[in-house]
Amino acid sequence: MSVPAARGQAVDAEVLPLHHAPAALGPAEGVATRAGVGRWWRRFARNRGAVFGLAVFLAVVAMAVFAPVLAPHDPIAQGVGKPLQGPSLAHWAGTDSFGRDILSRIIYGARVALVVGLVAVLIALVVGVTLGLVAGYYGGWLDAVIMRVMDGLFAFPIIILAIAMMAVMGFGVTNVIIAVAVGFVAPFARVTRGDVLAVKEEPYIEAARLAGVGSPAIIARHVLPNVLAPIIVQAALRVSGAIITEAGLSFLGLGPPPPTPAWGRMIAEGQAFIVMAPHISTIPGVALMLTIVGLNLLGDGLRDTLDPRLRR
Amino acid sequence: MVRFVVSRLGQTLAVLFTVSVIIFALMRMIPGDPVLMMLGDDFTHDAYQRLRAKLGFDRSIVIQYLIWVGSILRGDFGDSYLNHERVSRLVFDAFLPTASLVVASLVVGVLIAVPSGIVAAMRRDSPWDYGAMGFAIFAYSMPGFWKGIVLIWVFSVGLGWFPAMGYVHPWQDLWGGLWRLVLPAVTLGTFFSGLVARIIRSSLLEVLDQDYIKAARAKGVRQAALVYRHALANALIPVVTVIGLQFGTLLGGAVLTETVFSIPGMGRLTVAAILNRDYAVVQGAILVGVFAVVVVNLFVDLTYAFLNPRIRLT
Amino acid sequence: MGCATPSIRACDADVTDALRARSAAGNGGAAPADVVLEVRDLTVEFSSEAGPLRAVDGVSFHVRRGEIVGLVGESGAGKSLTSEAILRLIRCPPGRIGGEVRFQGRDLLALDEAALSRIRGKDIAMIFQNAGASLNPVFRVGDQLLEAMTLHLPESRRTLRERAVEILGRVGIPSASARARDYPHQFSGGMAQRVMIGMGISCVPSLLIADEPTTALDVTIQAQVLALIRRLASELGVAVLLVSHDLGIISQMCHRVLVMYGGKIVEEASIAAVFGAPAHPYTRGLIDCLPRVEGTARLGSIAGAMPGLSAMPGGCRFHPRCPVAEPRCAVESPELRRAGPEQIAACHLILEPAEGAA
Repeated sequence: MSVPAARGQAVDAEVLPLHHAPAALGPAEGVATRAGVGRWWRRFARNRGAVFGLAVFLAVVAMAVFAPVLAPHDPIAQGVGKPLQGPSLAHWAGTDSFGRDILSRIIYGARVALVVGLVAVLIALVVGVTLGLVAGYYGGWLDAVIMRVMDGLFAFPIIILAIAMMAVMGFGVTNVIIAVAVGFVAPFARVTRGDVLAVKEEPYIEAARLAGVGSPAIIARHVLPNVLAPIIVQAALRVSGAIITEAGLSFLGLGPPPPTPAWGRMIAEGQAFIVMAPHISTIPGVALMLTIVGLNLLGDGLRDTLDPRLRR
Repeated sequence: MVRFVVSRLGQTLAVLFTVSVIIFALMRMIPGDPVLMMLGDDFTHDAYQRLRAKLGFDRSIVIQYLIWVGSILRGDFGDSYLNHERVSRLVFDAFLPTASLVVASLVVGVLIAVPSGIVAAMRRDSPWDYGAMGFAIFAYSMPGFWKGIVLIWVFSVGLGWFPAMGYVHPWQDLWGGLWRLVLPAVTLGTFFSGLVARIIRSSLLEVLDQDYIKAARAKGVRQAALVYRHALANALIPVVTVIGLQFGTLLGGAVLTETVFSIPGMGRLTVAAILNRDYAVVQGAILVGVFAVVVVNLFVDLTYAFLNPRIRLT
Repeated sequence: MGCATPSIRACDADVTDALRARSAAGNGGAAPADVVLEVRDLTVEFSSEAGPLRAVDGVSFHVRRGEIVGLVGESGAGKSLTSEAILRLIRCPPGRIGGEVRFQGRDLLALDEAALSRIRGKDIAMIFQNAGASLNPVFRVGDQLLEAMTLHLPESRRTLRERAVEILGRVGIPSASARARDYPHQFSGGMAQRVMIGMGISCVPSLLIADEPTTALDVTIQAQVLALIRRLASELGVAVLLVSHDLGIISQMCHRVLVMYGGKIVEEASIAAVFGAPAHPYTRGLIDCLPRVEGTARLGSIAGAMPGLSAMPGGCRFHPRCPVAEPRCAVESPELRRAGPEQIAACHLILEPAEGAA
């Protein structure tokens, strides 16, 4: 297994550390052609885990979007049931110490999870990919500086970086999003840069340059579409990481303040009652776990579909 | 090899520098007057001016950074604003519990990952393979803190086999200490094993496809030796690198695990400090933690270079 | 043979004489007991979405002591698979090997793994195309050579270690004892192939299977490696199965030639017959492709390309590309027929023997 001796190329465990060239599809031919999408879908659909993951993802999105309709009770209303009651017909997931309906809180909790997960990754993607494109294409000192900063960022475990940033910015959802986004910029930048370096040498890039196409245009029209596939895979895999990080931060008390329902904090609140009312911690955890497993399977499935070379 | 070592050392220094700058910048961005915060209750006008001058607040930011670096290198991380203890002392005390947890988790993780990765590769596409990899996916997908709580619920509250919390130094009570570490180590270790098992599997599969395995079989090497000597020797080398890379993730997971199991390690120290706005402690703990990650990565890379003859001998 | 270049036509008359002499020597008066390897109806199948595909379809041949038999054909014809099937180096499943491979009387395909691994490397040795890739990158070369011996020979490790260094010297590796402590990446392609040959002969095998041993090497090194193999056959009496797509090498080395196409053997003949009077149209086509030094006639070529396994035509597999194909060639698959005293070929157009040169 040829892991390069220096760890310039992104060698994350989530993107299996095999050397890979981007799916060089040729000049400006991207992923999203009509026939292409159909083919991708068929390949994707063969992976049952991935389909399950997609279903989970859609379910979570549905929960978040249709929360007011789906939730049987107001998630922050206290005393809708007797406190600390286990699952029952009235309250499918039981009630917590304030008498709030846990099921409703789980459903609304999907909002926080999803918002953080998607927005943070989106921000990280935009910033990271831009940095990666610039660093990879222009090279030179710009590359060196950018990548050194990325190396520095990369050295921080995400949770620790998030904690440090929240020391500065304070707590709350927005800050969680920013903190997580900053943490994920480095992997995006690394992966993009690596693939840009490979694509840069392709003949069609040279041809475009000789034809007089300006650098920004080359990057946008020729380089970017060909490095897109691994970026999409990274994004899918990172969303689960973002959600877990947010859950961890909420668990520590650094996330959205009460009474906003957040899965992580629900689990934390339940730990004190683990003996008499274990459902308070365990059930939200099941929701969180299913979401993460689903997203990871989805990410794996996307990776296998878009770049089968990475499999095995 | 020498060239590789030197370049890696250089890279490490560059990263350490960047990390220190990031931490310094973050600390300076905290709203409020840092000098005031550091003095806390001992505020007097004189003390304020003196501390201000000592830290270089009347000079440029670069000088301030250098002064800061200087004190870090001397081991002076400042004082905790809560209890006025030296931060270095607090971090030092918290270091060992975290280290024990991390080491124990690594051991658990490797003990699970290596056999399951090998089995999955040897019986590719069989129920064993799907089972092992399925377990791996679950293991690293499950949120660590929740897993810890569930384990406490089952094994502590339910079965009463293990204590739910606490930490004891090995020299105070070796077996008791280890026993207390079991649940936390399993929590963090299974997470780690999930990551590594998949890598072992794919690495081994790739190696088994290589020509030299075929040639060794043609030489008369038996299947067992083929896998466990010829193939594994090659397959595990890149895995070493991956383990190093995941060390940071492991440390991040330790933060949460310590909180769940009330282990007085650096993770819990950091979290408590940030909730108390005790920034000096936050800074000190994070500095030490990230530096540890960087150093471990360097060590792992050097080990990789040593194990891989292609690099060792150039 | 005086010419070291691949184009044998350049030295036509001398060459054909030399070939005739060699083929006579290789076959002359050999008793059946001298047959080291006898392959009968060997098949290698792989399961696929379209059903089982036969990459090797009913191949039969034999190799005698001291004989160098060439197995020639295009890429994808099944030559490598045939050679690998002998030692069962093919992963089964997804593959499946059928038929009989008799080595010194025993059917290798019926042996269990333990017995087979005792034969591998000891009685039958195999060397591969990319020698550098055939050596384990994390073990020292000397240790790998040593392992080839400790697996099979009873002598002490110390004795064998000395012998390993000796072997390295004999195959032409300078400073053998120092080089034995080196790693494979420190060896050039030619040196690595010599090491592989050294490993192959270390237990004095009766049969050497060489799968494209010189394809990855440049011409001068190629000549040295081939000379080494030739000496093994002539001096030590090792039977050699030489797989190659390069007719030039075949012409330099072999006593007898098997021509493969589409998984089947289409011609088997002495070296003189193959080059002097090829019976099968495919063989004729291959020979015609070789450039001649005299004359400026256009290079011959065979139209089309060999079809993939799932697209094999019915009847004679070569018929779509055959310049003399008849209607029945598309329907009936020809069996091997005698085309000369030392020549058989699978073609409907061979009616009687004594068509080819003696």
